[in-house]
Amino acid sequence: MEPILKVENLTKVFTRKGQPDFIAVNHISFEMNQGSCLGLIGESGSGKSTTVNMITRLLDPTEGKIILDGEDITNISGRKLRKVYARMQMVFQTPTDSFDPRCTLGDGIGESLRNNGWARKDTRDEVARLLEVCGLNADFASRYPHQVSGGQCQRAAIARALAIRPKLLICDEATSALDVTVQKEIIALLNELRWKSGSDLSILFICHDIALVQQFCNYVLVMYKGDVVERGEPDEVIRNPANAYTRRLIDSVL
Amino acid sequence: MKEPTVRVQKIRKDTVRIRLIIFGTLAILLLICSVFSEYLTPYDPYLQDLANIKAAPSAAHIFGTDRYGRDMLSRVIVGSRTSIYSTLLLVAIITVTGTMIGVFCGWHGKWIDVVLMRISDIFLAFPGLVFALAVAGILEGGLQNAIIALAAISWPKYARIARSQTLAQKETPYLKAVRLSGCSTMKIIIKHILPNIIGPILVTSMLDIGTMMMELAGLSFLGLGAKPPTAEWGSMMSDTRSLLTTVPWVTMAPGIAIFISVMIFNLLGDTIRDYADPKSRGR
Ligand SMILES: Nc1ncnc2c1ncn2[C@@H]1O[C@H](COP(=O)(O)OP(=O)(O)O)[C@@H](O)[C@H]1O
Ligand SMILES: [Mg+2]
Repeated sequence: MEPILKVENLTKVFTRKGQPDFIAVNHISFEMNQGSCLGLIGESGSGKSTTVNMITRLLDPTEGKIILDGEDITNISGRKLRKVYARMQMVFQTPTDSFDPRCTLGDGIGESLRNNGWARKDTRDEVARLLEVCGLNADFASRYPHQVSGGQCQRAAIARALAIRPKLLICDEATSALDVTVQKEIIALLNELRWKSGSDLSILFICHDIALVQQFCNYVLVMYKGDVVERGEPDEVIRNPANAYTRRLIDSVL
Repeated sequence: MKEPTVRVQKIRKDTVRIRLIIFGTLAILLLICSVFSEYLTPYDPYLQDLANIKAAPSAAHIFGTDRYGRDMLSRVIVGSRTSIYSTLLLVAIITVTGTMIGVFCGWHGKWIDVVLMRISDIFLAFPGLVFALAVAGILEGGLQNAIIALAAISWPKYARIARSQTLAQKETPYLKAVRLSGCSTMKIIIKHILPNIIGPILVTSMLDIGTMMMELAGLSFLGLGAKPPTAEWGSMMSDTRSLLTTVPWVTMAPGIAIFISVMIFNLLGDTIRDYADPKSRGR
């Protein structure tokens, strides 16, 4: 089966005036199978967000190739790129900031559907359904982001990401800004959604908690200062980490 | 410890609201006055009454008459149309152009941004009114050219604000989410960026109404704006300044009108700025 995502030699170099070039992501390559869940861990500043921002093309890569579902999306733009977003969605770290403060949650969730030609009424019904799937009451659609809690907002963000039925869902530290009990709920929700979808949904899961990755992911990549320093099945990586940094990371958690 | 802070905030909030109502009403009165000026004048403002020239203020002519015997109150009222209309037009022009250019620069970035911002630097480097004088002089005066001259020197301020606000919006997670939802650039700008940046821009334009009214009247006073016999406050003052020592009311009437209008719009601008400031709303 075709891998859902294939990344080859992806590199990002930030250049700033008066400062030496900064290599945030250094020639990383990996593949994700359809229906799998890939964990990406590493300390803050190791280049995780930069990597996924390049994959979603919110950031232009300096070098490398991104192949989504067999299509090379490294250099596309405009209308073509907008089409690609029907297959790839993202959940952000800060739930409240990831909704336009002047639009309702319902507007935000339904936006991708409206942009893909859905009628207003169908969109409204679908938004209500999605909210319920994500464990929220349908009347949350008329609330503004500042009127709901972080956990509720993150549920709405997941509903938004799933609205267009993407094949790849990227969660960039989707639970880091939430407190522990809410974190557990969100993880449970993601797990549930994953099983419900069969193998239609693949998840790229970023976090810096190796224990979470262990229970959630089939495969894990460990990033350190822009390099992938370790890869393998989570249990294997935890049992005998080959890299000194990974060992420290595991020691600090377990 | 907590109580007084809350009360202070509440009092501030109330005074801001009261000020908003007062100055808002006054500004609306001014606008009404300028829109319906033709119907509000007690005399025909252009009718010369040579039997009654340079009459001192009296019950019949509150502001007196000028050297052709025209009623000054009527002329000031009619002048409000030219003065206020052209000021609002000018502010609208610079707000819209400046915002459009700024948002475009901030969104697009790259070389277009660099070029347009350098151009705006050039405009900002000159002392405003001097440059407007030069432009209006080259364009040979007239109200329309005075507006063009002032618009030319005033848009960069708005472009700067709009650009920096757009750049800030661009970095927010919600804008990334909006891009991922497949919005076109046009939709992103109109539906998501503009509503989020328009607040501070509108406050700036409110504060600019008073300034622009002064500068427009200034250009007219110097003979580079409205031309007599069009009743415009600045040109009315310049027209009659030789009479300042003998019949002061002729010059004073439009002067007082400028003073009051500028003050009302400045105070309204200040109030709207306070009102838009979330801290004074006690959120
Ligand atoms: N726009 C940028 N310009 C310059 N440096 C950046 C930019 N974005 C991120 N970086 C740098 O790249 C590194 C990786 O950042 P990031 O991918 O956000 O890390 P993570 O998500 O793993 O915490 C950090 O050191 C950060 O300072
Ligand atoms: Mg990050």
